[in-house]
Amino acid sequence: MEFGLSEEQEMIVSTVRSFVEKEIYPHEEMVERTGSVPHELGQEIKKKVIDLGFYACNFPEEVGGAGLGHLDFTLVERELGRGSMALTHFFGRPQNILMACEGGQREKYLLPAVRGERMDALAMTEPDAGSDVRGMKCTAVRDGGDWVVNGSKHFISGAEHADFFIVFVATGVDDTPKGPKKRITCFLVDRGHPGFEVREGYQSVSHRGYKNCILDFDNCRLPDAQVLGEVDGGFEVMNTWLYATRITVAAFCVGRARRCFDYALHYAAERKQFGQQIAKFQGIGFQIADMITEIDAADWLTLSAAWRLDAGKPANREIASAKLYASEMLARVTDASLQVYGGMGLMADFPLERFWRDARVERIWDGTSEIQRHIISRDLFRPLGA
Amino acid sequence: MKVLVPVKRVIDYNVKVRVKADGSGVDLANVKMSMNPFDEIAVEQAIRLKEAGKADEVVAVSIGVKQAQETLRTALAMGADRAILVVASEDVHQDIEPLAVAKILKGVVDEEQPGLVLCGKQAIDNDMNATGQMLSALLGWSQGTFASELDVDGDSAKVTREVDGGLQTISVKMPAIVTVDLRLNEPRYASLPNIMKAKKKPLDEKTPADYGVDVTPRLTIVSTSEPEARKAGEIVGSVDELVAKLKEAGAV
Repeated sequence: MEFGLSEEQEMIVSTVRSFVEKEIYPHEEMVERTGSVPHELGQEIKKKVIDLGFYACNFPEEVGGAGLGHLDFTLVERELGRGSMALTHFFGRPQNILMACEGGQREKYLLPAVRGERMDALAMTEPDAGSDVRGMKCTAVRDGGDWVVNGSKHFISGAEHADFFIVFVATGVDDTPKGPKKRITCFLVDRGHPGFEVREGYQSVSHRGYKNCILDFDNCRLPDAQVLGEVDGGFEVMNTWLYATRITVAAFCVGRARRCFDYALHYAAERKQFGQQIAKFQGIGFQIADMITEIDAADWLTLSAAWRLDAGKPANREIASAKLYASEMLARVTDASLQVYGGMGLMADFPLERFWRDARVERIWDGTSEIQRHIISRDLFRPLGA
Repeated sequence: MKVLVPVKRVIDYNVKVRVKADGSGVDLANVKMSMNPFDEIAVEQAIRLKEAGKADEVVAVSIGVKQAQETLRTALAMGADRAILVVASEDVHQDIEPLAVAKILKGVVDEEQPGLVLCGKQAIDNDMNATGQMLSALLGWSQGTFASELDVDGDSAKVTREVDGGLQTISVKMPAIVTVDLRLNEPRYASLPNIMKAKKKPLDEKTPADYGVDVTPRLTIVSTSEPEARKAGEIVGSVDELVAKLKEAGAV
């Protein structure tokens, strides 16, 4: 068993971390204050990342990516997790579901996305279809040779800067012994396409500046050429390509927790109360000990799940465990760090309150903690017939 | 022209240095180590010379413990073409002294015949600021120290030096040793393609014996101690009070 990183991996970690410290940290306060990323700044970050060869590093070399494996890419995501998500969005990791592009779709969507010329956003969630994806009401019906889409999507991350959208829509219903079951198809939709509108979403407590948007489809007509994967094959492309994206949430949480932890550690070593450094009080020292133990545990859980993906081993349960544990760990670590800071931790003068707010969404998006527990328990019990 | 860039593995500049309990030095066990920041600037400058068509090969060399290989890989990932590691110690706490380093570098120069040696002006661990100058003396080459600008033009180079009270521009005859200062450039990040290529670039391993150099220390460290803690400041209520306090302290 080898627990160390290779020289390349060490250099990837060190480069991405320096990049985040020098190119992302200095703009974070402004993004928090204004709630958005100026267009020029986003483009400037993107250009630097393209020059560094890190843009779309999760894509294979044959389509212009860097061909990083799951473990390498998880390390990249982990280091990016330190920085503001609104800004690291421009580090550019297009949805790898775009690898399902075929024929003309490759030139129009996949390749420009990898080159950083067009940005994508993934749209699945609806007001009445959160964890219950099949409950979606956004529907496409056949009209002549085309599809006509009606309905709306919400909570769409990255939509603000997206040039096109990967949208999951219901395209029919099957009667099954368990009752009616919707068929789902995945479509590629360009911003500005007639009948399709992107509008501002809600004010979120987490990740200020990383806006969520609402997508409205009003008799939006799409030809078959816009179908990603097969008609009614939405679940297949989803399962093939989105299977591993939850691991990026786990990686984010570990990176963010380490940054937060460093604040708590150094504050505890410097802050004096009752005539001594507060680190010398067991009440603080033990909290610090628990934090680092949980961070390391989440880190290894995440890296080992990524390692399983690279090794071609089943990893569904392991990814769910990593996502579940890392996101819940981040909640505890940000909360405890804030406690170490005391009242000062709540003030926007320090990033602690922001880490604490940001952490809340990690237990909700990309599959809630409950869904992850469901995946884990089903994976264990299904073989036992329970 | 070939450019030789010596790089040193030092304690990372972000690490809070801790003095060892016996005062023999600072604790380097399990501490993050990185390339000396001034050497990073030297590597960057060498790569820029290559990109400008003024150099055709950049060779990085490090003298120290085996782990300095990581430092060399960083230089290779930044864009150096190949590297030479001179393993001169097995103990991370043994610092190879500037004279020994300069003598080994002289051996490397004799073998490699570079047209330019670009060094950091000093290493941030012991701040000796000596190796470049000693190497210049040993080789009998011209030297330009504390460079904040460098313009290589055929047989000579213009070096702008940061001296007390301003800038001094000198012209040096090539081959030369140039030691670089902080403001010469801003080093690049290692790009992902270069990180992936770094492992495939040649890295030769040597020993001081290969160059006939004895690295036995000639200096004795008498003691190492923490800097004195800063005294607490004082908040004053008004400018008048501030002036009164300064007068009291004899500062104005």
